[in-house]
Amino acid sequence: MLLLKSKTLIEKSKPPNYCIINYQRNQRNYHSIRAVMANALPSNLLDESLGGSSGGGRMILVEDCVETSGAFVVHHLLKRALNSHSSDAVVFLSFSHPLSHYDRVLRKMGCNLSVQRDNKRLLFLDMLALDHLDRNRGKTSEDILIALYGEIQKAVEISRSHEARHHITVVIDDVSLMEVDANGSSDLVLDFLRYCCSLTAQFGCSLIALNHGDVYSTVDQPNLLLQLEYLADIVIKIEPLATGLAKDVHGQLTVTNRNLRVDSGKSRSRIHNFQFRIKDNSVEYFYPGSKT
Amino acid sequence: MFQGLPCRFEVESVRNDGCPNSKQTMQWLIANDDDAARPSTAQQRRRSSAERLWWTRVTNRNSFSVLVVVVASVMVMAANKPRSGSFSRNFGGASSSVPSIPGLKHGPNGTMLLSSGIPDLDKILGGGLALGSLVVVREDPEAPHHMLLLRNFMSQGLVHHQPLIYASPASDPRGFLGTLPSPMVSKDDKSRVHETEQEKGLRIAWQYKKYFGEQSSESHKDGKSEYCNDFDLRKPLERHFFSGKQIDCVSLKESADLGAFHERCSSFLSQANQNNGNITGGRIAIQSLCSPQCEYSNREWEMLSFVRSLKSVVRLSNAVAVVTFSPSLVSTTFSIRLQHLADTLVSVKAIPDEDKELAKLLTGYQDMVGLLSVHKVARFNTQVPAILETTTFSMKLQKRRSLVLECINQAPVDGATGSSYGSSGSCSGSSKTGSFDF
Repeated sequence: MLLLKSKTLIEKSKPPNYCIINYQRNQRNYHSIRAVMANALPSNLLDESLGGSSGGGRMILVEDCVETSGAFVVHHLLKRALNSHSSDAVVFLSFSHPLSHYDRVLRKMGCNLSVQRDNKRLLFLDMLALDHLDRNRGKTSEDILIALYGEIQKAVEISRSHEARHHITVVIDDVSLMEVDANGSSDLVLDFLRYCCSLTAQFGCSLIALNHGDVYSTVDQPNLLLQLEYLADIVIKIEPLATGLAKDVHGQLTVTNRNLRVDSGKSRSRIHNFQFRIKDNSVEYFYPGSKT
Repeated sequence: MFQGLPCRFEVESVRNDGCPNSKQTMQWLIANDDDAARPSTAQQRRRSSAERLWWTRVTNRNSFSVLVVVVASVMVMAANKPRSGSFSRNFGGASSSVPSIPGLKHGPNGTMLLSSGIPDLDKILGGGLALGSLVVVREDPEAPHHMLLLRNFMSQGLVHHQPLIYASPASDPRGFLGTLPSPMVSKDDKSRVHETEQEKGLRIAWQYKKYFGEQSSESHKDGKSEYCNDFDLRKPLERHFFSGKQIDCVSLKESADLGAFHERCSSFLSQANQNNGNITGGRIAIQSLCSPQCEYSNREWEMLSFVRSLKSVVRLSNAVAVVTFSPSLVSTTFSIRLQHLADTLVSVKAIPDEDKELAKLLTGYQDMVGLLSVHKVARFNTQVPAILETTTFSMKLQKRRSLVLECINQAPVDGATGSSYGSSGSCSGSSKTGSFDF
């Protein structure tokens, strides 16, 4: 005990050397970290909570509400999937906006969608276009969804055949609009999403779906949202602040990371909660109260 | 102080003589301020006689008056029409054809805007309604304030000669066109400005308002057709606005399903897009979509898919669609889905008459007709949401003529009654007025 105490006393009495050593060690670490980060993406709270690289087949469900739109998360994940370091491909199913909207938004964030589409890294399926709607006259919604799934599966298989493509991401903007297109039969939509989920297991792709949480809040029985939450590996919920609107903080994010494989073999879930502020070229994420 | 200094017409005569233009003279004056008293270089002697005349007059004064002359001349020249060369502004970036269209203007992020017919609402929404957007208005079943919004919207379209299609559950929707307001005449504007001057209480504070009023009336005089008119709700729209334009009225009661109406909207939009190759901006106004008189009103998914396909068609065209519905007539799920579909979401609420609680809480309660809340503002080509200073505004009819939107002001707490700021001041704390969320 006495020896230990004297050791600590000795250490305390030599602060300068100790600090210098520490500083040099930190500097070495810092440089190595910088070297690693030069190849990796700049990370923010959202990326950290999502668990690092998007390896393996995962399903991410993004829930938002009328007061706060969750489209910025979809833009962020899309940009991450299309970053130039990897050669991943993206299949984008858009029900709410045409390509020009996403093109302009992502261009401000530093990602050129038209170039990616020409490089065959992005397949944009525009469901707003009239020919998709005209098909509704002759065919039932079931046929349309089956055909749509066929297109996605074909695209995934073609992408996989390229050696360079390691990972394919399927993004669905707005599951609730898919329900409207299917004339209200949420069973069809659920089947479609389950099939897309099977792609994640089969081909190792990721699935990102945006849905509106407040639409289902009044329905008590097992509804589409609960089923999707069960299917999803990660659920990102976007809500407004309880106190109302603010210019500095646009809302709060809750990331629930389920089915985390821990070493002991059990699975756990982790919940992260932080706030965000949306800007044109990026989104700031910060813990409540730490906004500078 | 200005005696002997050149007045405006002398400057012009200098310009018209063909001598080096006055701007160069000005620059030279500014640059050579020290030599003001003694022009001696040969260059100066070679100048024309008129300019020398001007120059000698100037040099007789001190340098301060030279500066005043410079400033006065610059102001004079700025007020004149710009000539080509140094004083002309180049509209290089924007396309040249669009600013000439009276009903449209450029908005942020490459969108085009058209006016909603209410100047205050345009200001709140950041300039107007974006082309290609869907505006959803949540009605209050107790009061027809949504009709005020629709009337102004449709009148503005007719004044700007924009094609219009109007649908309502009434059997004869043409009758509604007779209630559309007419734009305010400019004479009334001037009298309004003078009246506000006389009405003012605190002289010092209101003097600034006088100048603001003058500026706005000047802008009214400048353009023959402005972007947004002030509408006089007591005067009906003149006949000549209705003639020959693309105005279509549809009664929703007769159609068994919305498919036929959707066809009509699509053909209307394709016609509007082909209009001489110019963008005019079409308007679609649908009143009370879910009213129980219509046969389809219990088929919620059909209504949703109609609005969805309308939105997708409008998005690809240069039109704005305004749809009003009453949330009390449909299920909550449907109402929220429709609100998610909207690009711009606005709701109107009625104010009960003779409510003493509200009269104590708000200033100007007697003039208020209703409340208007803005929940969502259309954001195309950007992911940044529009955060407004306030979301709830009071609707007032100024002199029973024009619709004005104002921020809600809390009434000052009366010290004599003894109630503290904490108990009577909070809008959200009181349980009686809990239905109003400011």
